[in-house]
Amino acid sequence: MSGFLDTYSHLTLTEQAILTLAAMVLVSSFALLAQSRVVATIRLFALQGFLLVVVTALVALDTREYHLFYSAGLTLLLKVWFVPWLLTRQARRLGILRDLDSLLRPGVVLIAAGALVIFCYSVALPIQRFAESITRDAIAISLAVVLLSMLMLITRRKAITQVVGFMSMENGLFFGAVTATQGMPMVVELGVAFDVLIAAVVFGVFFFHIRDSIESLDVDMLNQLTEVDE
Amino acid sequence: MSALFWTLLTPLAGGLLLALIPGTRLAARLNILISLAGFLFSIWLANAVLRQGALDNQYFYIDAFNVYLVALTNLVSFTTSVFSRTYMLHEFEIGRVSERQMRLYHASFQAFMFTMLLALTTNNLGVLWVALEGATLATVLLVSLYRTPASVEAAWKYFILCGVGIAQALFGTVLIYLAAAKVVDGPDQALLWSSLIRHATELEPTVMGIAFVFLLVGYGTKIGLVPLHNWLPDAHSEGPTPMSAVLSGLLLNVALYAVIRVKVLVDGALAGGGEHAPHLAGYLMMSFGLLSFIVAGLFLHRQRDIKRLFSYSSIEHMGLMTFAFGLGGPLATFGALLHMTVHSLTKSAIFITVGQASQLSGTQSIDHIRGVIQTQPAVGWGLLIGTLAIAGFPPFGVFTSEFLLLSATMQSLPWLTIPLLVGLGIAFAGLFRHLHPMVFGNRPEGLMPIKATVWPVVLHLALVLWLGLSIPDFLAHWFDQATILISGSGLL
Repeated sequence: MSGFLDTYSHLTLTEQAILTLAAMVLVSSFALLAQSRVVATIRLFALQGFLLVVVTALVALDTREYHLFYSAGLTLLLKVWFVPWLLTRQARRLGILRDLDSLLRPGVVLIAAGALVIFCYSVALPIQRFAESITRDAIAISLAVVLLSMLMLITRRKAITQVVGFMSMENGLFFGAVTATQGMPMVVELGVAFDVLIAAVVFGVFFFHIRDSIESLDVDMLNQLTEVDE
Repeated sequence: MSALFWTLLTPLAGGLLLALIPGTRLAARLNILISLAGFLFSIWLANAVLRQGALDNQYFYIDAFNVYLVALTNLVSFTTSVFSRTYMLHEFEIGRVSERQMRLYHASFQAFMFTMLLALTTNNLGVLWVALEGATLATVLLVSLYRTPASVEAAWKYFILCGVGIAQALFGTVLIYLAAAKVVDGPDQALLWSSLIRHATELEPTVMGIAFVFLLVGYGTKIGLVPLHNWLPDAHSEGPTPMSAVLSGLLLNVALYAVIRVKVLVDGALAGGGEHAPHLAGYLMMSFGLLSFIVAGLFLHRQRDIKRLFSYSSIEHMGLMTFAFGLGGPLATFGALLHMTVHSLTKSAIFITVGQASQLSGTQSIDHIRGVIQTQPAVGWGLLIGTLAIAGFPPFGVFTSEFLLLSATMQSLPWLTIPLLVGLGIAFAGLFRHLHPMVFGNRPEGLMPIKATVWPVVLHLALVLWLGLSIPDFLAHWFDQATILISGSGLL
């Protein structure tokens, strides 16, 4: 156990803080997976975004890559304020803000999620020789957040919680880019942020299309197109 | 440089303009004019690149490989916009779409063209990702344009599945950036394809190998590779038919283009050897490609919707191309480039006639489309000849490219020609068992010919025939330059 701790003891205080926050990002992914109330899911998503903002700012201080402060500001604006605000507003207009979207077998899903995290660490293992430990953890956690969000997309039945899963997946990618490579070139970050913005708006429009066509937001009822004969 | 500027600006400004102006008929005409202008600018660009060599700067990288795709994309966009005018005005007149939806349709059409051209011309792998995701965003509201439950479902599947898939590609891009940051100077240079290719042999092989798996899964979702293809038949069949033509004919090519660009980098990184298989990328592409080719061919047999039928045919052909690029070598690469061209031209021509045939019959159900040749000979013959061409009949271009691919397989991996030939046979049978009663057969009572623009189909099929009989010198040279860029050595 002490050997395990030694790997981290030489890190500076900021780096240790970054790793702690990284762990909290992962925990927030588990929380998103287990949370069943729509409004709480959206709030958790905003919290995850806020954790990302803090991580980004810390990385910027630690590496003196000050352009990361712009990324942090952009994330604050987009993922902590705009997307949660838009989702809450649409959910209120559709009257589903207080609805439940509970998991069928929460125990199985959470155990599967734990297995996914172990899988992600084993994928990141070969990179260990190549990079310092903080990068390896960052890549593993980033991939874990992406895969947990995919699990969330699979297990949820409401369109709005699926969108939260979709956006949370993007959080995982952003986290990886910030901690492993100190962000992407500015033009790419702006482009990705623009895509997220457009996606959020299109999703917002789309909820109404879904409701108008099947009079519900349960995507389970979207089941006409299939290759299996009835 | 100015040619590139105009090629990109035309669809961007055109899309904004079409979003603003009311008047459906005017917009449909303007859409044709904008697409024609884009096509002329792309010819100018291609001419400049072929004369002066590759264009390479901080933002754009254009060589023989992507400039030919730019020209092809603009050509098909122009002919599709011509077909789209009569087709969409008919849909508008029978009240399937409102005036606002028509405006959305025209604006998205040009926005979609812009994202594809940006993806093809950019030098930055991150911007490539942004543009491909943008292509999904530009088309998702078009898939659900008719607002039927089935079309909303198709659009939702398209949005979520492609979004999830392409997120994997962004993860792969981050990994490439991680590997590149160590060897390329300056963070702004580290995602530029032109500087990555200069340092390809120094890139860390382990990271590049993992990155390629993510990139192939991500962009492979957009190519429609089995088992990531689930969204494709739905998205391509539920939207308006001109969209099906450009989605099947063009967007799939652009996604495949992204994979090939990355494959060249990964091949460079893995060539150093060590404990890694040097052809990892090629083998992965070959297995995904062959699986898609066979599975899609089998699925052709059980389709009931004419547009789904030809969507599966697209998956089948994209699988074949992925296989060929994975196989590598000048002969296979040349064949695959030719196949990209003839497949685009043929498939968009088929979707145009399919749209006309289903408007004529008032249904997309294969069981209810009957006797098209008797009702409207131009449409029926177009559908028949187009399907003959896509099934690989000589003397059409698809036959030539498939023949080249089979010879290349025979040279390097002879056993694999057997599944390829069997797959071609399965697909041929799958197409013709459905097609025969649709084009021949008795004409149902009371069907009247519709207003249909025929010349785009004639043009496409004539080009495919020409490419099958003799590839003109300048084009062969062009393909050869692209082959050298991808596989290292030329064929001619």
